[in-house]
Amino acid sequence: MISFIAQRIAKAVIVLLALVVMNFFLIRMAPGDPALVMAGEAGAGDQLFVAQLREKFGLDKPLPVQLFLYVKGIVSLDLGFSFRQQMPVAKLILDRLPATLLLTGTAFAISFAFGVLFGALAARFAGTWADTAITVAALIFYATPLFWVALMAILLFSVTMDWLPSFGYETVGAGYTGLAHVLDVAAHLILPATTIGLFFMATYARMTRASMLEVVRLDFVKTARAKGLSDAIIQRRHVLRNALLPVVTLAGLQAGTLVGGAVLTETVFAWPGIGRLIYEALLQRDYNLLLGVFVVCSAMVLAFNLITDLVYRSVDPRIEFAT
Amino acid sequence: MTVVVKNLKLALPPGGDRAHAVDGVSFELSAGKILCVVGESGSGKSMCAHALMGLLPDTVTAESGEILFEGKNLLSLSPAEWLALRGRGIAMVFQEPMTALNPLMRIGEQIAEMFEAHGLLTPKERQRKALALIREVGLPDPERAVRAYPHQLSGGQRQRAMIAMALALEPTVLVADEPTTALDVTTQAQILKLIRDLQRRRNMAVMFITHDFGVVAEIADRVVVLQHGKVVEQGTADDVLLRPQHPYTRALLAAVPTLQPPPRTPLNDRSKAVEVIGLGKTYVSGGGWFRAERRVQAAKDVSFDIFRGETLGLVGESGSGKSSVARLVMRLIEPDAGTVRMGGVDLTRIGGKTLREQRRRIQMVFQDPFASLNPRRKVGNIITDGPIAHGVDPAAARKRAGELLSLVGLNASAMERFPHEFSGGQRQRIGIARALALDPEILVADEAVSALDVSVQAQVLDLLEDLKARLGLSMLFITHDLRVAAQICDRIAVMQHGAIVELKSASLLFAAPEHAYTRELLSAVPGRTSSSKAA
Repeated sequence: MISFIAQRIAKAVIVLLALVVMNFFLIRMAPGDPALVMAGEAGAGDQLFVAQLREKFGLDKPLPVQLFLYVKGIVSLDLGFSFRQQMPVAKLILDRLPATLLLTGTAFAISFAFGVLFGALAARFAGTWADTAITVAALIFYATPLFWVALMAILLFSVTMDWLPSFGYETVGAGYTGLAHVLDVAAHLILPATTIGLFFMATYARMTRASMLEVVRLDFVKTARAKGLSDAIIQRRHVLRNALLPVVTLAGLQAGTLVGGAVLTETVFAWPGIGRLIYEALLQRDYNLLLGVFVVCSAMVLAFNLITDLVYRSVDPRIEFAT
Repeated sequence: MTVVVKNLKLALPPGGDRAHAVDGVSFELSAGKILCVVGESGSGKSMCAHALMGLLPDTVTAESGEILFEGKNLLSLSPAEWLALRGRGIAMVFQEPMTALNPLMRIGEQIAEMFEAHGLLTPKERQRKALALIREVGLPDPERAVRAYPHQLSGGQRQRAMIAMALALEPTVLVADEPTTALDVTTQAQILKLIRDLQRRRNMAVMFITHDFGVVAEIADRVVVLQHGKVVEQGTADDVLLRPQHPYTRALLAAVPTLQPPPRTPLNDRSKAVEVIGLGKTYVSGGGWFRAERRVQAAKDVSFDIFRGETLGLVGESGSGKSSVARLVMRLIEPDAGTVRMGGVDLTRIGGKTLREQRRRIQMVFQDPFASLNPRRKVGNIITDGPIAHGVDPAAARKRAGELLSLVGLNASAMERFPHEFSGGQRQRIGIARALALDPEILVADEAVSALDVSVQAQVLDLLEDLKARLGLSMLFITHDLRVAAQICDRIAVMQHGAIVELKSASLLFAAPEHAYTRELLSAVPGRTSSSKAA
């Protein structure tokens, strides 16, 4: 077990470094660099100024040297400096990370819990109106673009009904503390988290339903019935537990992407998280910041893959820590 | 009488090939006796078993008749009464112990669940009872078995666990639906003995479903023979096996291959079709930076020849390496050591285009006629794919496919149909036609008749024998069924743990087995003595 984790972490580090190198070149393949963008914004387009900026950012050095310096920094856990924001990249990311984790974590918890619940209900009552209603709703949320759901939610719950705030992380200038602060953040959280959550909920519900209908036909379910077990126990203990295996795999894959995956929602709801940081860094060609966010996201994906494998091992005894 | 089934009629959904799965069936189960219900696939024997448990599929309904148990008609029980009855009054053991156990629960928990379902005992006591039951059914290392997951046990051990579960609440009736069909012959013998012993000790009434007359001879007190949902004959085991009255029973019994190899004409051509010399194959799993690897030797220095026109049998239990050897001979997997020679060609030394050309000469017939034909391609395409890949003109290939289909006893119009439109036996014929389309010199039949009913099995064996003679084929015939091997093989090689332990002519092997393992295999064949009487 320990050696399995050690081995997986060792492999993850190699993958991460490979990703850093790839991202490094990908970003530099895009036209324009931070110096050009900054010079353009300053209205000072002359070559000398741009060259000065490039020298300051280290962009005048040959690419391999830039790469070497960057990787050297990464290895010593230094994500570099954002010249645009005049702050270390690590600090920028750490400032935004809690908001994103709060948003995506909530969305993930909502979507998994309710997705599995609705999927199980649909499977249990397969062929009835309840099943049809759940399936159709899941299909709609699965097919509708996130930003559209977000805009409609704002229109309905903020503009028309005025129940919930439409943007931001907290009420600006309110200065709430304690419980009032928590409630304020929670109110801001509901719309964006539900928007993200609905989409994933739809995928989990559909998958749980399909998986349960498959498992219910298996022989051991017949064995369970032959024991005289009640239907509720059979569904929960024998069918659902086995049916969850593929859902856990899917959830693990998606959990890793949630950190960077909320760009659209964070932008629509002006949520001060990583997603918006990516969006801003991209527009400003902020190489170091963008790369830094990528490194953190990649590390998250790798970490969640490892966690998924460990969780999977605990729910399915047939899986050994094979390599 | 413990259970009386009277004129039971089970209706199938409309639109099927017949209206009733079970049509007016009557039989009785009595304490301390084993009733074998015999029939081929589709005879309705499993439906009878499921009706007794109230586990019929939703689409099947009991139309008339009654099942009397402890003074009640089971067909009119409420759902709550069924819950109380299942497992407690009547318990069931299923065919495939791997799939019949929940893969995510420990064996002990699954047995303890029997008590939980009926609200008996405390959790601690349940675990203790589970352990005692595991001891009673003879699982090795009971303390570990109780904590094991199903995949950590062997097939026979899993079936023992299933039986322990079924016996937990000391039911008056045990329904066993083909409980030994998925097991090796030596394991089967042990499980049959276990069921026999437990049934005597506990004076249970047992309904034992099987398609295998060998098993019937081994275990039955009384026998019911079903055909198309109707009872054609029932009586004591001796009466049915030794003095069968109904023509269908006689035909079924006659189709059971005997262990006496028929006299075979000696081969006059002693040239070798295939030479296999010192084949070795070790599967390595796991292994890596931090982990020890697991090695399984599937083939250890395996050597044999197959002469022209000869059928060489490869027999052994699951895991003995016989299928690996077949794949090595066909070079579907790469050997670690050894050579396979066909005429002047060393199959293990060639590659690319040469290998692809040579593959034509050795073709395979697979075990499962349902899985081995692509369900989305028409039979005509399935048969002509090979020849066309080898450069035969499509029109000529189709003409030949038509001829092959009539050769294997099917109509040429079969070309335009899909595999699912055929029965198991017919599909196996298509599989044979497909193999023959490339005009091979050698046919490798991997458990080619194991999935078929005895009467169909006999027909396919006859067909293979006939084709072999007509086309001058050699055959490598892999089977776990010694009766089948006795009927079709000229010589037989017995495999154990990846090695051939004995290789000699079929008549000699059955008359004078030398190796201890061969003798063990032979003595485990169910119904050895009575089937020779019956035949």
